[in-house]
Amino acid sequence: MLSKKKLSFTSSFANNRLDFSLTGEINLYTLVSFEKELESKLRNGSELSLNLDDITSIDSASAIYINKLEQTFVEKQLAFSLTCKNEQVLNTLKTVHVMHLDLEEFGYKQPSFLEKLGEDAILRMKKFVEFLSFFGQISYGFFYLFKHLRSLRYKEIFFEINENAIKAFGIVALTSFLVGVVMAYQSSVQLKIYGANIFIVDMLGISIFRELAPLLTAIVIAGRSGSSFTAQIGAMKITEELDAMRTMGFDPIAFLVIPRIIALMLMMPLLIFVSDVTGLLGGMLVANLDLGISTSLFLDRLNEVVAAKHFFVGIAKGPFFAFLIASIGIFRGLLVKDDTQSIGINTTKSVVESIFAVIVCDAVFSIIFTNVGI
Amino acid sequence: MKKIIDVKDLYTQFGANVVHAGLNFHINEGEIYGILGPSGCGKSTVLREMVMLQELSGGSIEIFGQDVTNISYDDAQELRKNWGVLFQGGALFSSLTLYENIALSLQEYTELDKNLISEIVAYKIDIVGLKPKDAYLYPSQISGGMKKKAALARALSLDPKLLFLDEPTSGLDPISAREFDKLILKLRDLLGLTVVMVSHDLKSIYDTLDRAAIIDNKIIVAQGKLDDIISMDNPFIQTFFKADI
Ligand SMILES: Nc1ncnc2c1ncn2[C@@H]1O[C@H](COP(=O)(O)OP(=O)(O)OP(=O)(O)O)[C@@H](O)[C@H]1O
Ligand SMILES: [Mg+2]
Repeated sequence: MLSKKKLSFTSSFANNRLDFSLTGEINLYTLVSFEKELESKLRNGSELSLNLDDITSIDSASAIYINKLEQTFVEKQLAFSLTCKNEQVLNTLKTVHVMHLDLEEFGYKQPSFLEKLGEDAILRMKKFVEFLSFFGQISYGFFYLFKHLRSLRYKEIFFEINENAIKAFGIVALTSFLVGVVMAYQSSVQLKIYGANIFIVDMLGISIFRELAPLLTAIVIAGRSGSSFTAQIGAMKITEELDAMRTMGFDPIAFLVIPRIIALMLMMPLLIFVSDVTGLLGGMLVANLDLGISTSLFLDRLNEVVAAKHFFVGIAKGPFFAFLIASIGIFRGLLVKDDTQSIGINTTKSVVESIFAVIVCDAVFSIIFTNVGI
Repeated sequence: MKKIIDVKDLYTQFGANVVHAGLNFHINEGEIYGILGPSGCGKSTVLREMVMLQELSGGSIEIFGQDVTNISYDDAQELRKNWGVLFQGGALFSSLTLYENIALSLQEYTELDKNLISEIVAYKIDIVGLKPKDAYLYPSQISGGMKKKAALARALSLDPKLLFLDEPTSGLDPISAREFDKLILKLRDLLGLTVVMVSHDLKSIYDTLDRAAIIDNKIIVAQGKLDDIISMDNPFIQTFFKADI
C-alpha cells in the first residue's frame, strides 16, 4: 500500500561533515527511521549536507522536520546544506514553516492540588445551588400549571406514562417476584428450625409492603427512566433542540420536565402495587412448596396479622420517590455540557444519585413514621 | 492518467426509496472532482459509500485499485489512512480540544515524538487559517466556520493522498470561503492531492473544480469538464448555473 514505501540512506563522514543522502519517499511513517539513522551518524559539532536528489516525494510532516533540522544547525552556527533536484519536494520544503504551540504562552498552567480542591468544592456548591434553583423552577411550573390547567401537556404525560410505567410493569413484576422467592426461601430455612413456619406470612407481608416493594420499584425505575431522562435531555441540549424550543416559546419546563415528573408520580404507586402483588406471589409459592402453607391459609393469615397501614405506607412513598428520580434525572440531563462524554458521566451520576436520594428519603420516612407511631 | 476512484453501476436503495439507479464515473489522480445536484439527490450518500460508511445496494467502487465492497479488515484500515474526510457538519470529537482532534491520528498511527507532532499540528492549524491559541479550545467553544477549518485540519493530519469534502464552504463567510478554495488548490498542487468535493457554492465550483458529475433524479445527468456541463439542456443545470454570480 501507499504508506509502506521504503526509504533508504547512504552516508559518509569526512572533514567534520556528514554527507547524508536519502532515496525513496519520506513520509510520516518512514520519518522515524530517518531520524534515528541521522542521529546515530551525526557527531557532536559536525556539519551536515543533506542530499535529497533521489527523494520521490515528501509530506508536510517530514518537511517540517527538515526545516527544524536546519534551524537547529543555524542556531548552533554550523554549516547546513541541502541539495534537491525535485521541484515538488523543494516546493513543499519552502511552503512549510515551523510553528510552535506553547501552552504557557496562552496562560494555560497546571493547577496545584489546593487549587483543584477549592475549585471542586466551589463547583459542587454551585451545582447544589443550581439544583435548588431548578427545584424552584419546577415548583413555579407546577403552580402555574394548576392555575392554567388547560395548558397541561396531557398528550406528553400519557406518552411518558406509557414509556416509563406501562412498559416497566413487566420488569418490575419479574424482579419483585424473584426477590419474593429468594426472601421466602432464605427465611424458610431458619423458620423451619423453630417450627415457626406460619410466621413467614408476617415477615413477608410487612417487609414487602413497607420497604421492599417501594425500594425495589424505585431502583428499577431509577435505572430505567432516570437514565433515559438524562440521556434524552442531554442529547437535546447538545443538538441545541432545547435552545430551539425556547426561541419558539415552548418552555422546556412545561414541555419536557413537568410531564415526566407527573407521569412518574402518578404511576409509581401503581408500580409499587404491582411489586407488592408479585413479591407476595413469589413468597406464597415458596411457602406452599417448601413450608406446606396453602394459599388460602397464607391469605387468611396475611389478612389477620398485617395491618392495612403497612400497605398504605409503602404506596404513599411512591410519589416522593418518583419525584426524586424524575427531577434528578432531568436535572442531570440539563447539566450536560456540549460534549458527548458528559452525557455518559451525567447518566451514571443521575442513576447513582437518585438511588441514593431514594434511600435517604426512605430513612427519613421510617424515622418520621416510627415517631408518629404508624 | 491514473484512475484513483472508479465507480461502476452504483445502485443505492433505502427501503423502497431508490437513491441511485446505476451511477458510473471515475476520478483521476490530482483532480478536483465535484459531485453536484439538488438537495437530497444522494451526494453525501455517494461520499459515505466511497469511504466505507455505507453499504452499496449494487455495483462496485474501486479506490487506489482496491474494491471497497469486498475488502479485508486490514486492507480497509490501511486504505483509511490514505484519505481524509471532511463531514458536512464537521464531526469533531466534542470531548477533545482542537489540538487533540488533529493530533489523534498522528499519535495513533505514527511513532513521531511529541514535539514534532505539536509542530505538525501547529502547521496544519496555520494552513487552514486558524490561530495558534484556538488549538486549546473545545469544539463547543468555537464558531461554525472555525469548526469547518478545524475539521479540515484534522482531515489533513496524515497528509492524505485523497480528500473527501462534503460542502466545505457552506457556513463560511465569503472571504474565508475563497481562502478555502485557494487552500484546496494549493494543497492539490503541493501534495498532489486528489479531491472529491460536494458543493452548492457556485463561486467555489467555478474556481476549483476540474471535472464534475451532476446527479439528478437517481442518475448522472451530466459529467465531464465544467464548461461542457454548463451548456447542457437539463432543468436543474440551467437553473443552478443561471443564478449568475
Ligand atoms: N440512513 C438512511 N436511511 C434512509 N434514507 C436515507 C439514509 N441516508 C440518506 N437517505 C436518503 O437518501 C437521500 C439522499 O440523501 P443525501 O444525504 O445523500 O442527500 P444530499 O444529496 O447529500 O443532500 P444535501 O445537499 O441536502 O446534503 C435522501 O432522500 C435521504 O432521505
Ligand atoms: Mg449532504
